[in-house]
Amino acid sequence: MRTIFFILRKEFKQIFRNRALLPLIFVVPIIQLIILPLAADYEVKNINLAIVDHDRSTYTQKLISKLTSSGYFRLSGYFDSYDEAFHQIEKDKADLILELPANFERRLVRENQEQLFIAVNAINGTKAGLGGSYLAQVLADFNSQIRLDWNQGARFNHQPQIEITSANWFNPHMNFRWFMVPGILVILVTMIGSYMTALNIVKEKEIGTIEQINVTPIRKHHFILGKLIPFWVLAMFIFSVGLFGISFFVYGIVPQGNLFVLYAFLSIYLVAVLGFGLLVSTYCDTQQQAMSVSFFFVMIFLLMSGLFTPVDSMPTWARVISQLSPVSYFIEVMRMIVLKGSGFNDIKIHFAIIIGFATLLMSWAIINYRKTT
Amino acid sequence: MKQFITFVKKEFKHVFRDRKTLLMLFGLPIVQIVLFGFALTNEIKNSKIVVLDLSKDNITRAIVNEIEASQYFEIESDVKSREEVEAAFKSGKIKSAIVFPSNFSSDLLHSNKAQIQIIADGSDPNTATTLTNYLSAIIQSYQQQHLVQGPLPLQINPETRMLYNPELKGAHNFVPGVMALVLMLVCVMMTSISIVREKELGTMEVLLVSPFKPLLVILSKAVPYLMLSLINLTVILILSVFALGLPINGSVALLFSVSTLYIITALSLGLLISTSTASQQTAMLLSLMGMMLPTMLFAGFMFPIENMPLPLQIISNAVPAKWFYIIVKSIMIKGLGFASIWKETTILLGMTLFLLALSFKKFNVRLA
Repeated sequence: MRTIFFILRKEFKQIFRNRALLPLIFVVPIIQLIILPLAADYEVKNINLAIVDHDRSTYTQKLISKLTSSGYFRLSGYFDSYDEAFHQIEKDKADLILELPANFERRLVRENQEQLFIAVNAINGTKAGLGGSYLAQVLADFNSQIRLDWNQGARFNHQPQIEITSANWFNPHMNFRWFMVPGILVILVTMIGSYMTALNIVKEKEIGTIEQINVTPIRKHHFILGKLIPFWVLAMFIFSVGLFGISFFVYGIVPQGNLFVLYAFLSIYLVAVLGFGLLVSTYCDTQQQAMSVSFFFVMIFLLMSGLFTPVDSMPTWARVISQLSPVSYFIEVMRMIVLKGSGFNDIKIHFAIIIGFATLLMSWAIINYRKTT
Repeated sequence: MKQFITFVKKEFKHVFRDRKTLLMLFGLPIVQIVLFGFALTNEIKNSKIVVLDLSKDNITRAIVNEIEASQYFEIESDVKSREEVEAAFKSGKIKSAIVFPSNFSSDLLHSNKAQIQIIADGSDPNTATTLTNYLSAIIQSYQQQHLVQGPLPLQINPETRMLYNPELKGAHNFVPGVMALVLMLVCVMMTSISIVREKELGTMEVLLVSPFKPLLVILSKAVPYLMLSLINLTVILILSVFALGLPINGSVALLFSVSTLYIITALSLGLLISTSTASQQTAMLLSLMGMMLPTMLFAGFMFPIENMPLPLQIISNAVPAKWFYIIVKSIMIKGLGFASIWKETTILLGMTLFLLALSFKKFNVRLA
């Protein structure tokens, strides 16, 4: 016990004496947590609309003002021809072209139907898809509005009409930051836990100081515990600062569920992450290797975790990979507890799985760790 | 010159003998292309939904059948009460729910009006919006087909064309982004670490007292990474053309020359980091936090720049990847020529010269 205590003192001193590393460990995650959610706003808005209006009638004016007042679209300008508008798309000044043919209003009234032409810059598929559907929505609204005006409501009201109302639970204002902040917090503790552990141990190997430790009476479990506890504490601390200091005070996200359950999950999750870092360090000899290997895997973990794109949308093989990564489970649990207020019963299975990961990674790392070279 | 080539050879050996680092150098771009290309989509399919049908009549059943028949939804179970709907959301099993009030059909047929409520899990806002849109579309088309008699007057038919990317694939957006990211990663992180490593292990001392010019020591470290980056670039392009079916619409030669410029920008950044740090850990964290993150954030392929607050939009202009991303998109996908990208290229060139000047100024022949 006393030995562990001494190693802990050494480790903490090493961390706190490294003037270059310390701000990187503490300040950068906090800044990230403030900046990332500000940046990671995937809500599709401010779609730049280029209009080619060959008709210039009351209807087209009405339609255009309805579009610009919908909140999704920003008028980038009126153009005389499609080619001119297309040039705006090439220059990234416009995302969407709406072309209204000549005699739009007259033909619509006389022939009861008329076409209009929409071209979307679809390089960003998500934005194009959502932008197109917003436009269709506004158009449908406009259509039923003029229909009503025209018919004076006479014929139309006799048709049975299903009224659709929609509600968004757990995040009624559809604030994108609520979605991102809990996820980003997970990423931060994962990166700190895995990189720092792996690098710290490999550094001793590379510089040669591990030899000195290997010839002392320090036992294997002393060394491992002494290396892991500081980073476990550090990650816990950063998580708490993130959860209370930033998520709560800056973004106003009040955790809905039981914090005790959340912290219980976090503490086991960190064992798994630190175990991963330790495992990487047992396989690597230089810091460059340790960084490459852990970066490689953490990158895959992150992309597959459902942080940015839903796991449900992935093909089966990708979902299997996603299920093999502890990060996916914690992101899900984080969002469930913090945003939806899910309780222990809802995440029982997640708990069992993460305990499995922690046991597996940690024992693999411990078995693979050798005092002899 | 002969000395220089010998040094470059030495560096190449360093790189190729380290199998685990090679995993990162060549494995990461391939894995990223595959994941982004095939796994990461926002497309909705088989999204789980519960139905709370308090009416259980022919029309509600028909609508539920329509929902089930679409490839977007998979009905998880029937629930009996609102509490059960909430529990289903909390257990994380479902993303949306649809509620039919009691007497749905009789209301609809007698008073011509009935309500359906769609509930979506707003903790994932974009998915929630898309699900609500899809469900509304299914209900509306049912209404058009079965409930409305005769054609509607004053019908506006929009004809939509998706430019550049008719199938709305993700690849068009991310391949240029992955290029910007991987090149930045390889050049900045690997270069800075390999230089700082010599400092940390003490071998730099040996190199600096040798008759070989100190500046050439640094340059010989940059050359292998320049070449490896060009190989990586080729691999990414081949993969995206053959595996993802993404065309290169513009000039390949132009693409490669601009990429070389970007690689040099990244290398000079790596040089700058290596001249200002003493330990590998610091160099790594600095390039990771100082370079990787801004690149991911501000390149424009993962996070939409136009939605960011103004100060961040201004900062984004200082990130080389943003300009490179615009250039690659213009050449590869829009098929534009140099006339449309000269502005971005000039900015990139200016950044490179500035970074190089700064790192040469900071370069020190003496270590301590």
